[in-house]
Amino acid sequence: MKKEYIMGNSAIALGALAAGVNVVSGYPGTPSSEIVETIYKYPHEGVYLEWSVNEKAALEVAAAAAYSGARSMVTMKQVGLNVASDPLMSLAYVGVKGGMVVVSADDPGPISSQTEQDTRRFAEFARIPVFDPSSPEEAYEMIREAFEYSEKYSTPVLFRPTTRICHAYASVEVEDKASPKAYEGFVKDSKRWVIFPRLSYQNHEMIEKRNPEIGKDFSGYCRNTCEGGGSKAVFASGISYAYAKEYLKDIPDVKLCRIATPYPFPEDFVLKCLEGVDEVICLEELSPFVEEKLLRTVGRYGLNVKIKGKLSGDVKAAGENSADYAAKVLSGFIGREVPEKGLSLSDMPPLPVRPPVLCAGCPHRASFYAVKQAMKGRRSYFCGDIGCYTLGNAMPLDMVDTCLCMGAGITMAQGFNRVDKDGVCFAFVGDSTFFASGITGVVNAVYNEADMILCVLDNSTTAMTGHQPHPGTGRTMMGNVVEKVSITKILEGMGVKKIVTVDPLKLSEAVAAVRECADLKGVKAIIFKSPCIAVTKPAGKVSISDKCINCKKCIKEIGCPALILSEGKVAVDKGLCTGCGLCAQICPVNAIGGEC
Amino acid sequence: MDMDILVCGVGGQGTVLASKLIASAAMSLGNTVHSAETIGMAQRGGSVTSHIRIGDNAYSPLIPLGSADVIIAFEPAEAVRNLMYLKKDGFVIVNRIPVKPTTESIHETGYDGVEMIEYIKKKCGCLVVDASELCGELGGKFYNSAILGAAAGTGRLGISPEALIAEIEGRVPEKFIEANKKVFSLGLKQAENFDL
Repeated sequence: MKKEYIMGNSAIALGALAAGVNVVSGYPGTPSSEIVETIYKYPHEGVYLEWSVNEKAALEVAAAAAYSGARSMVTMKQVGLNVASDPLMSLAYVGVKGGMVVVSADDPGPISSQTEQDTRRFAEFARIPVFDPSSPEEAYEMIREAFEYSEKYSTPVLFRPTTRICHAYASVEVEDKASPKAYEGFVKDSKRWVIFPRLSYQNHEMIEKRNPEIGKDFSGYCRNTCEGGGSKAVFASGISYAYAKEYLKDIPDVKLCRIATPYPFPEDFVLKCLEGVDEVICLEELSPFVEEKLLRTVGRYGLNVKIKGKLSGDVKAAGENSADYAAKVLSGFIGREVPEKGLSLSDMPPLPVRPPVLCAGCPHRASFYAVKQAMKGRRSYFCGDIGCYTLGNAMPLDMVDTCLCMGAGITMAQGFNRVDKDGVCFAFVGDSTFFASGITGVVNAVYNEADMILCVLDNSTTAMTGHQPHPGTGRTMMGNVVEKVSITKILEGMGVKKIVTVDPLKLSEAVAAVRECADLKGVKAIIFKSPCIAVTKPAGKVSISDKCINCKKCIKEIGCPALILSEGKVAVDKGLCTGCGLCAQICPVNAIGGEC
Repeated sequence: MDMDILVCGVGGQGTVLASKLIASAAMSLGNTVHSAETIGMAQRGGSVTSHIRIGDNAYSPLIPLGSADVIIAFEPAEAVRNLMYLKKDGFVIVNRIPVKPTTESIHETGYDGVEMIEYIKKKCGCLVVDASELCGELGGKFYNSAILGAAAGTGRLGISPEALIAEIEGRVPEKFIEANKKVFSLGLKQAENFDL
């Protein structure tokens, strides 16, 4: 064993390697992305690793490996689990042979997600166990245990860390060496592996009998813990346990109970915790999962215990918890004063606001600007999608009218076209998102004869989540260089008749391409091709000559962070400028040029 | 040792590397360390913080409000933004050089950091560092080591400058080690000459 200072996601990855995982697949999504990346960076001989095209594909790859007796892990963020839910729901009925852990990272806050959904709910919905780690150190150990329970009950299990576990660092004791587990291979048995209504009925019955047994088993699981004593108890799960512990460390007369396996609920353990307790508060994030389970337990056994939490209004319904919020809630619960700490800061001066913006030189800015210019004075719809380019909504670009979920922009543009025949309907989608969930939407448009313009913002990477490769980049996580999947050929194959590829940094050509497409019927595609500035070397820097009349058009039109005001005059921040030259093409007096 | 250190700045300033150097130096001295970076959607130009918790009595990866022993701020407004984390008798090491928000050219506020530095001075013990002066020709990419050197020089981190230098040698790409060590020692000297 050796100590390593690692991120929670790395602890999950190394824990899986230590457990002898054979196959790992996933789709990037904050806060889960570093799990697959850690396996890539550490020695993992004999382990198959892939970034799949989306979460559904990732889960199905992992499922077949587990059918064969191999241990498999699949990683995603919580909204990715929605995409993977189709196979997951059925897989829960079929079961597995080798251990299979589905890691779905929740994002209370949310800090970088569309929803505050709770993976524990999904576990109950799919009728499969879920593990909820409360620290990176624990996550390392818990992954192995999750594999063991998965094999013991022949069921896939969910593992749900939250952002504060995924991105927290700790010194973790890790195995020096791990090797993948030996496995039997797939044994054909159509009565077991082919889902039919009859099998579903039988297995549904089996699952409902089995789950209370798992609940009993979990009652003896070492990570469901009860500390301290007294008539008041705090039930906490995940990172909220750490927050509660932080507050209660010097207060011994309150019970602290941790629920590490929220489903199937460890009822026997909980009944023991409730002995001598007359009041409980639940400290958990996202939904009142443990609170509802406790209410049900108290009701079933006719216990005289008051249960407080989100449902009673004692804990906030939305947003993430913190050590300070936990201190506030728990102080109220046990009737103590909230300790006043720190400085008095009521006279704080107003602080500068720092919203996230597209980077200086980002080609997406140029693509959005070209469409904006071409569509001036015309009624148009700009359907956005998930990625860096969602930031195209910010002023002064203001070019994202909608953003719903991965791939939705393409199909929503068609919906707008159905209710407004004269509006020009655009969908903006990144290259990675196009592969993940854009393709079927384009087929829908071609088949149903929609009038729309698909703008693929092809920057040759998955930028937002940290530059993962995808089918269009020609690199895999096994280190192989493979043939790049061509977006143009896919579009041709689907029957898109008008496909134009332009460099968005050549503004007049890009604007002309958009104008041309806007007047055509049917599905048109414009591929704005220019690499992300983070994966390419900058072209140089621009400078502003004395021809500048300080009209500030460059600043007002494109909002590039490298264009600044210095003593009231337009200037270039040389530390940020990449020399993309978009501003030079906008300047009415040709005052901006390349640096000599 | 129980010590809570908050490192803050603007995305792209190298706060993450600085916090890794502190955490690994503390670990090499035999301490338990937890840390958390709140980066999220903030890319270049956004507010960035790293919470470092040294010792066996820390459970939450984030420092509770009013509990940080030291704040190391790479930017004046970011120091003020995080002052609520500082203990009553805590100490701030702050870079004087402001980073204007990326939206400043569109919505001019005239932000220059001066008011922030005055506010910090009024509220707590602090050392104001001019990272631009310390780094000179080397420029903004080396601010983090200069400020870290100054922080080490105050003696408030509970981590020796030598332990931090060892981490610079082990974690910084080879061609930048000497320059980083140079600005680190300049920061160190400035703090040592400062009447704390």
